[in-house]
Amino acid sequence: MCATTGFIIETVIKLLVILLVFSALAGFATYIERKVLAFMQRRLGPMNVGPYGILQVLADGIKLFSKEDIVPQNSVKPIFKIAPVIAAASAFTAMAAIPFLPEFTIFGHTIQPIVADINVGVLYVLGVMAVGMYAPLLSGMASSNKWSLLGAARTVIQFLSFEVVTGLSIIAPLMMVGSLSLIDINDYQAGGMQNWLIWSQPVAFILFLLSGYAETNRTPFDLLEHEAEIVSGYATEYSGMRWGLFFIGEYANMFTVAFLVSIIFLGGYNPWGFIPGGVAILLKVAFFIFLFLWVRAAWPHVRPDQLMWLFWKVLMPVAVVNILITGLLLM
Amino acid sequence: MDLTNYNNRDISKDYRYVKVDPIPKTPWEKFKRVVKRTFSCELFVGLWIVFREMIKFNIHTVQYPAEKIPISPRYRAIHKLLRLMESGNERCIGCGLCEKICIANCIRMDTKIDENNRKAVTEYTINFGRCIFCGYCAEVCPELAIVHGGEYENASEQRAHFALKEDMLTPIDIFKAGKQKEFPGFGALSKNADENVKKTPLAY
Repeated sequence: MCATTGFIIETVIKLLVILLVFSALAGFATYIERKVLAFMQRRLGPMNVGPYGILQVLADGIKLFSKEDIVPQNSVKPIFKIAPVIAAASAFTAMAAIPFLPEFTIFGHTIQPIVADINVGVLYVLGVMAVGMYAPLLSGMASSNKWSLLGAARTVIQFLSFEVVTGLSIIAPLMMVGSLSLIDINDYQAGGMQNWLIWSQPVAFILFLLSGYAETNRTPFDLLEHEAEIVSGYATEYSGMRWGLFFIGEYANMFTVAFLVSIIFLGGYNPWGFIPGGVAILLKVAFFIFLFLWVRAAWPHVRPDQLMWLFWKVLMPVAVVNILITGLLLM
Repeated sequence: MDLTNYNNRDISKDYRYVKVDPIPKTPWEKFKRVVKRTFSCELFVGLWIVFREMIKFNIHTVQYPAEKIPISPRYRAIHKLLRLMESGNERCIGCGLCEKICIANCIRMDTKIDENNRKAVTEYTINFGRCIFCGYCAEVCPELAIVHGGEYENASEQRAHFALKEDMLTPIDIFKAGKQKEFPGFGALSKNADENVKKTPLAY
């Protein structure tokens, strides 16, 4: 009884910490994104709210919370209202199976920084993140707006394109590890940089990273809310905190993908030389978040037909060949 | 202020031609282009360029209310009425040419005959709600009395601000301090104006 109560309390605390930390990080990531993009485009970015504009996040938050909540007249109201919740909820739910840090001891109590170490961790994370695609789909179809509808249609083609490659690319490293739990994948790469899976699975790494960009709707595959073409895509009719939930969901997804790539391919939270494991994984995640912003500053969007061409005609065959070669070598 | 940046508008010396590959027609050529682009790492060139700009930190932002870039002295913003260099009297002789030429019909003036039997301007207003800042008034003025200034921040509580004679006329204390500047822009005399004037021969 006491152990169960302790477990429940511990899990609830973990949930709260993850929710708060990543909500705050999502807000802060918007500031970082604006700054990095500005510097890469020879601008200064936000400068006026607080020193170097650091309180811009706070100002944006106040703005989002105090904006009028508009539900368009002809929209399907229940679906319109629930879609942003799906975006944020699925993004945070996906984090449940991700070990963020190595085990640590606090007050003589060993804590695993993972909410639920389930044995199908990777499948769970990818599945729940894929559920998140319902948010742009439903919101776009419920908004009663041409641009939203186009965004929803693009959601479908993007989903059909990248999800195959995500699954196929992850199979090859999973065949080597022999487990779907992210903790097992991390432990498999223990013992230094030469054991990282990126060296034995470089193709799978690139494929997974690419489909991760498609999964989080980040720039080269930013079709759903392509400002230049379809105003804001599925989020055109949203304002205030409903739109803010989409935003938090997008950034939480970015962090999820960054953690996934770091754990599966880059040695996760194993100690990296003299750097302790906890710092190592944060460095890797920070690099991948920076890569998200960097790519956004450098590369143009692709067209929907180019996206389908890339994923179906190029990346999927490459992924299948990669699985075949891995299988032959493992035998 | 140095005007070279304003005067030199020929940027053709920086032009250079970019080599463009022929557009592929057959599927095999298309395939070859995809492979070439993939393995020549063209995408990473783009990444490197933005990263280089971030490291160089060569920021072009002008943080406007705190810092301002100088505008050209020929800029046509809110008008000014100038004073005569020698006496400090108003230059305006009340001829009314600016009122006539104004295509937006926004200049109004009242004149009277003063005690010295000279024409004097009592009221002079410009409706800046209608002024299109074309500069015709400055060009037509025979006395270089109405000119354009550099005051471009014309947000105000009252529509009539900047627009009355006393707002536009050079204040007498600024004039006495020698701070009244000639306007080099539209309608002003060129620098070599004296050379271009032919003296009237006495024989006429």
